[in-house]
Amino acid sequence: MKLLTHNMLTSHVKGVTKGYPLLIKATEVKVNEVEFNSQFVSRMIPKLEWSALVQAAEGLGHLEDLPAELVADYENNEEFLKKVHKVLLEVEVVEGSLQCPESGREFPISRGVPNMLLNEDEV
Amino acid sequence: MELSEASVNAVKMSKERKKLIRKQMKACHILLKHDGIRTASHVTKSLVVANGGLGNGVSREQLCAAMKEMGELETIIMSPHKPYAFATYSSEQSAQKAHGLLNGHLLHCGDNSVTLYLSFVDSVPCEAEEHVPLPEGLSLVEDFVSSEVEALLLAAVDWVTFDDDTAQKALKHRRVKHYGYEFRYDTNNVEKDKALSVGLPDECVPILERCLKDGHIGAMPDQLTVNQYQPGQGIPPHVDTHSAFEDTILSLSLGSKTVMEFRHPDGRVVAVLLPGRSLLVMKGESRHLWSHGITPRKFDMVPACDPEPPAAITPHLGNPGNLTLSKRGTRTSFTFRRIRRSPCQCAFPSACDSQGAPSSLPSAPSLPRCQGDAARLEEEYVHRVYDAIAPHFSGTRHSPWPRVCDFLSSLVPGAVLADVGCGNGKYLGVNPEVVALGCDRSSALVHICAERGFQAFVSDALNVPMLTASCDACISIAVIHHFSTPERRLAAVRELMRLLKPGGRALIYVWALEQEYNKQRSKYLKHQSREPSGSPNTAEGQSEGSASPKRTVNSHGDVGITNVDRLDREVSGPVDQRPGEDQVHHGKLSVHTNRTAFNSQDLLVPWHLKDGKGKAGKGRKGGREAGNRDMIRETALAVSKDNPSIAENILPSIGPASDCKTEPTDSNQRSTHPDSMSAKVATPNACLDSSLPSSTKDTDHACKSCPGFEAAATPAIPESSTAAAVFHRYYHVFQQGEIEKVCCQVDGVRVQTSYHDQGNWCVILVKD
Repeated sequence: MKLLTHNMLTSHVKGVTKGYPLLIKATEVKVNEVEFNSQFVSRMIPKLEWSALVQAAEGLGHLEDLPAELVADYENNEEFLKKVHKVLLEVEVVEGSLQCPESGREFPISRGVPNMLLNEDEV
Repeated sequence: MELSEASVNAVKMSKERKKLIRKQMKACHILLKHDGIRTASHVTKSLVVANGGLGNGVSREQLCAAMKEMGELETIIMSPHKPYAFATYSSEQSAQKAHGLLNGHLLHCGDNSVTLYLSFVDSVPCEAEEHVPLPEGLSLVEDFVSSEVEALLLAAVDWVTFDDDTAQKALKHRRVKHYGYEFRYDTNNVEKDKALSVGLPDECVPILERCLKDGHIGAMPDQLTVNQYQPGQGIPPHVDTHSAFEDTILSLSLGSKTVMEFRHPDGRVVAVLLPGRSLLVMKGESRHLWSHGITPRKFDMVPACDPEPPAAITPHLGNPGNLTLSKRGTRTSFTFRRIRRSPCQCAFPSACDSQGAPSSLPSAPSLPRCQGDAARLEEEYVHRVYDAIAPHFSGTRHSPWPRVCDFLSSLVPGAVLADVGCGNGKYLGVNPEVVALGCDRSSALVHICAERGFQAFVSDALNVPMLTASCDACISIAVIHHFSTPERRLAAVRELMRLLKPGGRALIYVWALEQEYNKQRSKYLKHQSREPSGSPNTAEGQSEGSASPKRTVNSHGDVGITNVDRLDREVSGPVDQRPGEDQVHHGKLSVHTNRTAFNSQDLLVPWHLKDGKGKAGKGRKGGREAGNRDMIRETALAVSKDNPSIAENILPSIGPASDCKTEPTDSNQRSTHPDSMSAKVATPNACLDSSLPSSTKDTDHACKSCPGFEAAATPAIPESSTAAAVFHRYYHVFQQGEIEKVCCQVDGVRVQTSYHDQGNWCVILVKD
């Protein structure tokens, strides 16, 4: 699971109102080199919950000096885009879990795949 | 004259040389990109041999023979399904010699030939030595009978005379004979008060007495089933009916060796090599909970050398890189069982028909009457089926439907796309400019996506764990027809719409009741003209009962009347039952005959796993490669996307694969090839140590090898196909206008376009 995916995921347990962002509890993280595409990254940035990305990156020890606040004029800041690229697309959680911030429910991540299935009583 | 010829040759040489270098570079690039194997630019003792792998139809012996001529070999590592191998020489000199002489060398392997491309590597991946323990209660005794006894036993079975006394079944793909009692396929049980007039052959008695004496069994078996398998034949996974037979089941293998796969309900798979003249003893958990089956194929992947005695195993020979191909021959198994006279009280009620598990009297499900029923129906007849068949099409290339691709291509760069019900991810990479996230209910399918490098998670289409209004586009391709009530179909559309941003668009495809539209028959129907006469997709003894979606309890080694038969007999007309109605209905879902028009909207559609010779696919290149393809088919070895073709010699694209999700219009739907071995072969020494516990840790290992290693589902031509297994999936096929009606019930949604595409109803929705 890349942090890009994490940025899109939320807890959907019945009754939960603040299920975002999910807390990452990683036991195995890898960094996979991915070809850098500055346009792709700068198009992605406005779609992101920036603070959730920063929080997730920090939690995994891959903050890459990302600022807490999104910088202005990032489109032309290649150095910045490269950092975002790394955090967003290269850092992957292989094993661990995602925890709902409100209910505490944990969703396992196994071989890079989060299992977000709910039990009968959670839907 | 001479001079010009020489110069022509020189030019030619340099062209070939260039070609070689180009191919080699390409091979290096692919190795790095897909498997992270970095080649070295300097001389080392180790080489990676692209195209020289098991996945490419090269056996260890063939590769060894070529490699060892270059010098003293230390190791050869061949991993399952990989199209390359590693060789390490004792000196750099030998490695250099091999590099010089074998690079670009054409290696002949039977009918198959491959061009080898060699590169130096600094290190050879050393997979951790993994011992896959046998399922609890399983043991294997090698050389249990002598060759003389083997011949005696084989001679005792008279395949020529058909008689009722031994209840011989003439089957398309395997011969079966019963002694003592007949196993009835219609009831999945034995008629315990109707013994056959012919008991167990006398030749068996000394063997059984020995089993008794050795403590393998506590009482003499009174039922024998003899199965004979030709190469390419098999038996789908099943658990012998608990209520029919006592605990211990003995299976004596005669003739050719084979690989039997044991599957735990949690997904673990253990492949066990059964040598000729060996005795397999299934007790306890291995008999009651694990299913066992033999994948129909002509080659097995087996450990390269006999690893017994264990002391003789050098470390490198014990690792999973040490595999080779073994060609199957005729195998005859004698399965000895003892008729159970009292209900089974085993510790595995989930698989025990005596303890109420769904089982030996399979019946078609009815349409659900409440949400709970609906969820259970879908669990059994959708989710479990996809999980079970998922591996069979991993590693195949799919042809995405063109109009779905049109939709995807129309999305603006940077758009966020959710593919809800993404299957094996065939649409996730269509438009690389968008951020594509996939989810599917089937964990096996999602893992295939992940292995293909796509971002995907496991989730239900009714509860997608994504923020509201987070997507620019959603697709739901061949998903909503799997929901079994109108409420759930509506909820699925509603959930898709929730994900969309205002202005976002969703594309939905569902299977159409109308397979003929505007006087055009869908590909799905058209394909029928290529069927052999008769009704190839139904029963006819071609499917083995145990392969039904409930793969819990079934008879061992028994074929004949299938689930379909059983289901058909119980079918009354389909009933459009709405939840909440209190009227009692006994209407069962009908089983659809593939490639025919639908006769009801709610039905079970059989998924046939077939074996058979593939027809030459749509290869990019013809001729020489055809041999490779066939070879690869027969061995059912996958060259998956993660595990890709290297240079020219590896399996080219074979054309559309059978993807259950695409099946409504995919013309190759019916033609899956059984998977290749998914787990490591448990070695005989592991077999002998049946006391090893199956720890949860091993679960992980076994699972790990599950979807990832799975093989090509290659199209097989219908004419030569023989069925191996049938799964049934629930479908609600949509009438014209029905999907639009469902969508209109969702607030704030507009149907932008709707159309019929190859037997599917399709809508593009826009969120206001």
